Amino acid sequence: MHFEYRVQGGDFVRAGQASSQVKKILKQLNVSPGIIKRVVVALYEGEVNIVAHAFQGKIYVDIETNKIRVVLDDVGPGIPDIEMAMRPGFSTASPIVREMGFGAGMGLPNIKANTDKMKISSVVGVGTRLEFEVALKE
Amino acid sequence: MKIGELAGLVNGNVVSCHDKLDRDIEYAFASDLMSDVLTVRADKLLMITGLANMQAVRTAEMADIQAILFVRNKTVSEDMIRLAEDNGIVLIESPYTMFRASGLLYSNGVKPVY
Ligand SMILES: Nc1ncnc2c1ncn2[C@@H]1O[C@H](COP(=O)(O)OP(=O)(O)OP(=O)(O)O)[C@@H](O)[C@H]1O
Ligand SMILES: [Mg+2]
Repeated sequence: MHFEYRVQGGDFVRAGQASSQVKKILKQLNVSPGIIKRVVVALYEGEVNIVAHAFQGKIYVDIETNKIRVVLDDVGPGIPDIEMAMRPGFSTASPIVREMGFGAGMGLPNIKANTDKMKISSVVGVGTRLEFEVALKE
Repeated sequence: MKIGELAGLVNGNVVSCHDKLDRDIEYAFASDLMSDVLTVRADKLLMITGLANMQAVRTAEMADIQAILFVRNKTVSEDMIRLAEDNGIVLIESPYTMFRASGLLYSNGVKPVY
């Protein structure tokens, strides 16, 4: 099954809608609650990163029998130093983003902790692509 | 501790899912930063926060959090209530500070996550 969602940078009212849809789909597919939580926490962190740090993005979700694969592609400023961005506590979040409840510098480490495979690629001034996979069976 | 009892302890006003007040809470985590909340793995969890916006409710939805306690007299919007009702999340408004609410719940047996 394949699903696609659009994400608008700066829109903190709608942030999380794609993650919410995916959560409902996984529930319908009877995926275990523990695995659903891992997938949607990672997806939500990725979705909020587009809202918080980029201009716009798309989320591509592929659900196979044994795994879910997610690609988050955005048009935005990109990440100059990915290794640094991955460090717990590192954040360049603006005051507005912090007011919205984000900017702990925990999103990317959270994604890493909740997924089986994760990859980030980014071109400064162009955008960022985050890919991850989670096995759907324990 | 039952959510209803907990709401009483913090002089709280329940604004969503009044039918779920007999659910049990074992742990609580207090933060205004949602990614901190999203690191918590515990079940039967209460989120205590001063952040009264849609993302607090979204965070609870993603993390399977049963209830949110909004401290410092923060008022919950209609949109937040709708989202919470859709997802079975109890929202409680309290006039107390985060410190006071946390202290009361801690001394009455609600456990920290670490
Ligand atoms: N899609 C993105 N586009 C541009 N920069 C990004 C993107 N995602 C992450 N970053 C950069 O990496 C940093 C770390 O991201 P991370 O998600 O770990 O923390 P945060 O978003 O700042 O705060 P938190 O996720 O805890 O709310 C960000 O502050 C930002 O500089
Ligand atoms: Mg983030």
